[in-house]
Amino acid sequence: MIGRTSFPMKVKKWNLRQRTLAVTILSFTLLAGMIGSGILIGPEKMGVDFLSKYLPPSFTHPFGTDWLGRDMLTRTLKGLTLSFSVGLLASTVSTFIALILSLLCSVNKKLDAVVTWFIDLFLSVPHIVILILISFAAGGGFKGVVIGLALTHWPSLTRLLRAEVLQLKNTDYVAVSKAFGKSRMWIARHHLLPHLVPQLIVGFILLFPHAILHEAAITFLGFGLSSEVPAIGIILSESMRYLATGMWWLAFFPGLALLVMVSIFDLLGRSIRKLIDPFHGQKL
Amino acid sequence: MQLKRVSLYVIKKTLKLVSLLIAISVLSFLLVSYSPIDPIQSYIGADMVRVSPEQRDNIAAYWGLDDSKTEQFLNWSKAVLQGNLGTSLIYRAPVADVIAERFLASLILMGIAWLMSGFIGFILGIISGIQEGSWVDRIIKGYCFILASTPAFWLALLCLMLFSVSLGWFPVGLASPAGILTEDVTWLERAKHLVLPALTLSIIGVANVALHTRQKLIEVLGSEYARFAKAKGETGFLLLWRHGLRNISLPAVSLHFASFGELFGGAVLAEQVFSYPGLGQAVVQAGLGGDIPLLLGIVLFSTLFVFAGNLLADLLYQFIDPRMRKEELQ
Repeated sequence: MIGRTSFPMKVKKWNLRQRTLAVTILSFTLLAGMIGSGILIGPEKMGVDFLSKYLPPSFTHPFGTDWLGRDMLTRTLKGLTLSFSVGLLASTVSTFIALILSLLCSVNKKLDAVVTWFIDLFLSVPHIVILILISFAAGGGFKGVVIGLALTHWPSLTRLLRAEVLQLKNTDYVAVSKAFGKSRMWIARHHLLPHLVPQLIVGFILLFPHAILHEAAITFLGFGLSSEVPAIGIILSESMRYLATGMWWLAFFPGLALLVMVSIFDLLGRSIRKLIDPFHGQKL
Repeated sequence: MQLKRVSLYVIKKTLKLVSLLIAISVLSFLLVSYSPIDPIQSYIGADMVRVSPEQRDNIAAYWGLDDSKTEQFLNWSKAVLQGNLGTSLIYRAPVADVIAERFLASLILMGIAWLMSGFIGFILGIISGIQEGSWVDRIIKGYCFILASTPAFWLALLCLMLFSVSLGWFPVGLASPAGILTEDVTWLERAKHLVLPALTLSIIGVANVALHTRQKLIEVLGSEYARFAKAKGETGFLLLWRHGLRNISLPAVSLHFASFGELFGGAVLAEQVFSYPGLGQAVVQAGLGGDIPLLLGIVLFSTLFVFAGNLLADLLYQFIDPRMRKEELQ
């Protein structure tokens, strides 16, 4: 009673900003660790070892081994690294497309209608069907998957940025700049872009979960990658053959690792939004 | 007045649908026709070595593969307009029949999952929103965020491992038991094969509705009228019933209708894992097997499906919400 009222507690409680910052740093470190270890694993660890096949999880093989005696932990980490690089490419390309298209929206009503129509067009077909179609058009293989993922993730972000751009277009300072005879490019660079940067960064990071999940899904369905490549989707689709014999670890851990990676990306994106874009971030 | 508005709306939506379908068919036809995958080879398969070049040319001529791309497209779209989607190479049956049969199977699956996930998601959202900040809210919110990052097919695999392999409650795959004629399959057996895919899809679909409902409910409970009601002494369920439910149910239902695309995507994955013979499995096989007519047919059909969902979502707002009607009149 006395301790609570008269003295402030010694244990300091972190405020929202500090907590968010801590979460950001923590998730960034975790991600870097996951991806870094995946890159650093050499080919010698990926070898086949028939003496130790079908091993359940143990200390030497935390994720168990598969039918060729390959360590599932190394395969999973390699798969995550692959997912990350595909996700990175898809996010970069899609963010870039989204930026260009949303700036086009600010030019005039006609262009805006065209862009909106394209957004509707891409959103009107189930995403996975578009990916299958593009993968087929590219003749299968990894290339088709990557192209598909890179070219199809822009619509939702474009929609967000477009709304922002249209709102900014009607502000007083843009009107003043226009009255002063500044060019469209000048206005885009000095008035629109600075406002879009936080949304771009957050949008870029929040595209990762989508891209990674779609990559896993499309490779799981059998499009793209050959079965040699350790991608999470392929590992999981291979594990399906062994499920009936009770080898649960073949499917459980790789999928869980993917889930962890995706949710860390999600968390990172939302934390960064809270930090750099408080205007929109506090709403969630 | 009302009639004019309705007819204007119908015309607008029809134009939109037509333009979408035209664009989708042009784009997908372009994509497919530039694919390096040889349709003749995927048609004949392993017997390719036994086919002489002359026979090959004959097949190409028979299918019209010698014509220019534009001609091919015009021929195809003319046939599509007459209701002929071509013949599926894998199933050796008219594409329209394949789609109809497969869609029925998928529709049952997606319908059950859609209703279940909508209902559970809505309830979870309400529980979470009404107790914002409590541990229940935290658990539900965390659960939804984790669900949003869960690969659907992995969840399907987990369900398969847990319920079919370990517990043995459900069969491992297929919509009906193997070795029995389709007519002899009982409803119970069909239902048994449906449970796991439907369960997977329902679990996945919950997150979106729950989070959205939670957000809306928090907004409603923070409003002036809710505060006034609270000041009058209304709490808990009564407050929710009188002031919350109507305001949050329309957006939730509408959002749920607009999620047909994701539902379809989830069904593709779930059907693959449980080898459930639905439309999703067909599109995967069409893509892998180079079955161009079927692939194009399903692309068009899934576009229609998603459009129907979005249209229903929009209609709910336009014609049910009295506030929207008032705005029109003013």
